Amino acid sequence: MTAVAPGVFLQSVAKATPRDTPVTDDVRYGMLIDTTKCADGCSDCVAACEKENGLDLLEKPQGASDELWDMQRPRWIRTVKLKNNLTGRITSLPMMCQHCEHPPCVDVCPTGASFQRADGLALVDRHTCIGCRYCMMACPYNARSFIHENVQIKPTAVPRGKGCVESCTFCVHRLDRGDMTTACQDACSHDAIVFGDLKDPNSAVSQAMAKHTNVEIRADLKLNTAVRYTDI
Amino acid sequence: MKKIHYREWGIESPRYWGLLAVLATIVAVGGFATLYMEHEGHWVTGMSNQIVWGTPHVFAIFLIVAASGALNVASVGSVFGQTMYKPLARLSGLMAITLLIGGLIVLVLDLGQPSRLIVAMTTYNFKSIFAWNIYLYVGFIVIVAIYLFTMMERKANSYSKGVGVLAFVWRLALTTGTGSIFGFLVARQGYDAAIMAPMFIIMSFAYGMALYLLVLMFTFNTDDRPLGDGVLRRLKNLLGVFVAAIFYFTLVYHLTNLYGTENHAYEAFILRDGGVYTWTFWIGWVLLGMLVPMGILFHPALGMQRGAITAAALLVVLGGLSAIYVIVIGGQAFPLSMFPGHTIIESAYYDGVNGMARAYSPSLPEFLLGLGGFALALLVTFIGVRLLQFLPVSLADEVADPQRG
Amino acid sequence: MKGKFGISVLLAMGVALIGAYGPAVAGQGVEGTAKADGLDACVAPTAFMRRRHFELIKHQRDVTVHQGIRKTDNSLAGCVDCHVRKDVSGDHVAIDAPGEFCAACHEFTGASLDCFTCHATKPTGN
Repeated sequence: MTAVAPGVFLQSVAKATPRDTPVTDDVRYGMLIDTTKCADGCSDCVAACEKENGLDLLEKPQGASDELWDMQRPRWIRTVKLKNNLTGRITSLPMMCQHCEHPPCVDVCPTGASFQRADGLALVDRHTCIGCRYCMMACPYNARSFIHENVQIKPTAVPRGKGCVESCTFCVHRLDRGDMTTACQDACSHDAIVFGDLKDPNSAVSQAMAKHTNVEIRADLKLNTAVRYTDI
Repeated sequence: MKKIHYREWGIESPRYWGLLAVLATIVAVGGFATLYMEHEGHWVTGMSNQIVWGTPHVFAIFLIVAASGALNVASVGSVFGQTMYKPLARLSGLMAITLLIGGLIVLVLDLGQPSRLIVAMTTYNFKSIFAWNIYLYVGFIVIVAIYLFTMMERKANSYSKGVGVLAFVWRLALTTGTGSIFGFLVARQGYDAAIMAPMFIIMSFAYGMALYLLVLMFTFNTDDRPLGDGVLRRLKNLLGVFVAAIFYFTLVYHLTNLYGTENHAYEAFILRDGGVYTWTFWIGWVLLGMLVPMGILFHPALGMQRGAITAAALLVVLGGLSAIYVIVIGGQAFPLSMFPGHTIIESAYYDGVNGMARAYSPSLPEFLLGLGGFALALLVTFIGVRLLQFLPVSLADEVADPQRG
Repeated sequence: MKGKFGISVLLAMGVALIGAYGPAVAGQGVEGTAKADGLDACVAPTAFMRRRHFELIKHQRDVTVHQGIRKTDNSLAGCVDCHVRKDVSGDHVAIDAPGEFCAACHEFTGASLDCFTCHATKPTGN
């Protein structure tokens, strides 16, 4: 612990320091998912995300049905398995907020609570979210979750409460303290997830994208997503 | 046309208070249901992260759409100069306001954070059609209130036509805005269609007219005020034409969808394989909501019987709720198409494995909230007609003169 | 000025009263166990903090959410970290629990306290 001012202490973080200047559009965070490496049946990224963001702390409300609760509990990342209708080829991949350059969730939000940060993250300012769920109607990726119940245990880095919408933040609390990885990426033992700055041509993610042909999901909508997938 | 006199609704006190008590009870029950949902959170409803808008939204959207339609009668009178409609205009304006309030209350009370309504009123994102609608709704209430004033205050009568035109244009914008809530959603197969906005306008004509007719016949009948056959004939024929117009738009909407291969799966879902949505579409929206009422309203004998007209109007309301249910909930139940050319064979989060629809069953509190909105709209309407002079003393044919146009 | 002073005295008395109330038991904060108890002043003079702490917190909230600035003296997490008390067994007591730092004053003044429907009420280490 270090005292940075009278009465205020910060948790000392060995490798990085918290951000003290506003984020800029000099960076745009993005991700490449190599579906050839993503292993069928593995859900390490999901577990890591839920632990990092406190989603595993949520409990099923007393009296709720298992089936309905499973549809109501928040999920920031999920695994999906596809079969090509023509060739029968199977692909596994994780789906999460695609952090679009032109996010429909931001367009439709009546209060501006859904917003895009300068570095491209599509986030929810839950101080102004009124819980109308129009963003969830508008998201083409089913990436957003509504908090359906009272939250008992709240992590410091990822606040959460009943009646607001949330989704994957690319682990923004990590980025803001100078870490350059997401929890899902760290957890992936198959190296299927590469994360970094899309505007830096030397970043791992830019290099990987240059090397492997990759696609946006629902490219027809021209949202210019920050999450791309190889070999779908 | 003879001079029209207006008088407060004069049914005996016990009946009046009894009616208010019944409606107030339904409103109170809806209120308790809301408190329960807000206290526990939305897990006590059938709504989920897949079906994010449920039964309250069906009621709310129906009432909002019907509100703009209820104003139609007044518009026909002052904008299009049809003298027979002039005595009908006051009730029309009143119902436009009360139905909108009923709908908006339901919409607001279903928010995850209803206490933050002030945020919605002070922080705007002007790219959002929702934010626009906040202005459209509030503006509508204000303009119609002024419109009512110009009709009811003799000194202001001369402004009535001008304000009436403004109200008419505004209500078109309002319903366009409501329809566009869905029309702008590119993400979903069933919604992304420009025809949504005009279809909502034509639906509003019919649903508003049906509710208007029901309230008009009820208030006149219980107060022994004459309502001429000629007047009723014109109103019910208008309702019939509006229902026919919905039929046309429904047909065009699905035919254009069927033309494009990309929409075939969605059409198959609504029209053939969607289970409850398919049933609601064919039985609720098409058969009971359009074909039967048209059959009644245009039938030479049935169409002149008041009981039959009442039944037809009730069916139009039922059909309207069915239509909105199919659009709002059916549209969400159909899985997002994220991977063209692929079938999702496993998903940890309801991505429509093998094209399977997302599940939703309405819960009681949701239904009670929606019903509460309906009851509130009627409650305020009945209080309004009791306190102020909204209803003409007589709409007998020789008074209203339906022949003269 | 006189009125403001009066309110401040009342506030201070209220806090002191509630703080001194009853014997210490598990789950109840013990006087003097918060880090702040050993310090002269908060990030700004006490009189300012009593009256206008929410302005600092709210400003920081917007700056953090929208600009990503987390190196600050004014974060809510910082408030909690410094002002939270421990009970007799050494466990943190939720800062919005009855009688604790935030709740005591907010109850006394009848001002609603919305932060903790979403934010952590004790240091969680993450």
